[in-house]
Amino acid sequence: MSVTAFLTDSTLCIGCKACEVACKEWNGVSEDGLEWSGYSYDNTGAVGASTWRHVKFVEIAPVPGYGGNSPEQPSWTFSSDVCKHCEEAGCLEACPTGSIVRTEFGGVYIQPDVCNGCGYCVPSCPFGVVERNQKDGRAFKCTFCYDRQKVGLQPACAKACPTESIKFGEIDSLRQRAQERLAELHGRGMNDAQLYDPIDSSVQGTHAMFIVRGDARTYNLPPAPAVPTVYLKKAWRSSAIAAGVLLGGTLLAFLAGGKDGRVR
Amino acid sequence: MSDPRPLHEFSVEELQRERRLDEIRQDAELHGQLQLVGARPAGAPFPQASPENGYYRIPLLKQPPWTWEIPLYFFVGGAAGASAVIGAIADYTGADRELVKHARWIAAAGSVISPALLISDLGRPERFLAMLRVFKPQSAMSVGVWTLLGFSTGAAAAAFAGFLHDRYGASLPVRVMEQAGQAASLAFGLPFSNYTGVLIGATAIPVWNKNAGDLPMHFGMSGLGAGVGILELMGHRKNRALQALGLGAAIFETWEGLRIEGRSHYHLDPLKHGTSGLITRTGGVLSGPLPLALRIASLFGSEKRSRSLRRWAAASSILGSLITRMALVHAGHVSAQDWRLPLQQGSATPRTNDKTAVYGQADFKQHGD
Repeated sequence: MSVTAFLTDSTLCIGCKACEVACKEWNGVSEDGLEWSGYSYDNTGAVGASTWRHVKFVEIAPVPGYGGNSPEQPSWTFSSDVCKHCEEAGCLEACPTGSIVRTEFGGVYIQPDVCNGCGYCVPSCPFGVVERNQKDGRAFKCTFCYDRQKVGLQPACAKACPTESIKFGEIDSLRQRAQERLAELHGRGMNDAQLYDPIDSSVQGTHAMFIVRGDARTYNLPPAPAVPTVYLKKAWRSSAIAAGVLLGGTLLAFLAGGKDGRVR
Repeated sequence: MSDPRPLHEFSVEELQRERRLDEIRQDAELHGQLQLVGARPAGAPFPQASPENGYYRIPLLKQPPWTWEIPLYFFVGGAAGASAVIGAIADYTGADRELVKHARWIAAAGSVISPALLISDLGRPERFLAMLRVFKPQSAMSVGVWTLLGFSTGAAAAAFAGFLHDRYGASLPVRVMEQAGQAASLAFGLPFSNYTGVLIGATAIPVWNKNAGDLPMHFGMSGLGAGVGILELMGHRKNRALQALGLGAAIFETWEGLRIEGRSHYHLDPLKHGTSGLITRTGGVLSGPLPLALRIASLFGSEKRSRSLRRWAAASSILGSLITRMALVHAGHVSAQDWRLPLQQGSATPRTNDKTAVYGQADFKQHGD
């Protein structure tokens, strides 16, 4: 059993949304509206409780020669977003029921039969992935197709991707493939191609890496994601001080205030 | 195809809509394109994806899914926890029995209301017990639930035993239950009164985690102000110890308010601007300077005047404590919706006030090959 990952290569994505459809069909995820968001050909805007794969349609300014486009055409890139399956996952640490677990494949999995819908994982995710389904009451996100991986199959989205933009495999070999792909892209003159894998941040790397062109922030990939447990020390110190002040202050007040405090 | 309906069959609304279509047609004929006001889609010009805008300014972070129960739970927990501490210390130092009893009842009421609020906010309330499968020190929610459990058991036991004591006299089991319950409510009440600050501080929401080192103290002192306030409204307006505690809480809350106002970090904007800023400041004034002024004034003058002023200070503190929790939760929602913050984390880039970046104007230097 190996530790696995996604490598999503936006330079190969054609925006077909096959990954979204495959994910919904395999996992039985409900539809979430067939309205256009108004932002290019995007329906849903972001990953959420009913969108575990989300194809971003990134329209940027017309740049001559960019991506082989004619100068008049707005350049257009697509990228299929997904739960990052952080090495140090905010949702997993925050979950008070133990519903969210780390699988043997390195993914972060919400056990639906345990989740009681407290919603604490939602503001604890630095990537804004987990969401509570308001009808169902529980939190949902990408399962990393735990059921499929269990029986040796690749996740539904990776299988359905027609251009191998979504690559799935053992994490170390994927990191190596990412570097090879970057070298290839740079060799073709796409010097702005880069790998998004926040290994230096407190999430300590992810099991879903992305090859993007230009600044990753254009794809709403945060430059410095932080797992919220890094704030715990500061917060509990303040809590301990508050408890000490409350205890000491109350003792002092009642010892000095006299037995019945007749004098106001 | 049937003939068009005759005009006299149209309602006024329908006529107005038809006239609008005529206007659009005339505009198109005249200019070759639509230039009418209102012909552009709402929100246009649309933002563009860029390093500054992120992905069309769609917020990265999700807002907490909590409903009205949660700020109320923060308030009740703070007041009940502080009351339990006051009740226990008052008992140990031999203060009047009535005060101890009232403090215990406030704690006991909180011990029932708090879990009710917490459970009703769950997406699956019937699965509340799933919280008790594990204890996770790294999850403030898990620590909080176990603290709540200990506090509720202790506070309810102390109040019930106190009731038995008053009614049927003190037998040994009743005394044991009373003292054990009181000790538990004291031990758990101390963290219970402020852990909610840790709960929201240790999240990905910028305005909360930037205040992670302040929120527990802020919530704890706000809870103390509310606990003292409720006891004073129950008639303990002569008690000097409560006056001192109320003064202390009001002084701290005043300082905390000045601290928030004094720091200029764009992450703190929801606490200063807009609706959330207004609510924050209202809560701040009601829990800090106002009760402080009223309490100082109550130190002078006749006893009747003093008691009346303390009543107002108490009411102000209670309301301020509730509004403060509501304000911080609301500020968290505003903060989560600010698409700029996650894009700027860790960088020294000042926030942009640019709300009009349109297609073709964004900086695309970094895309040059």
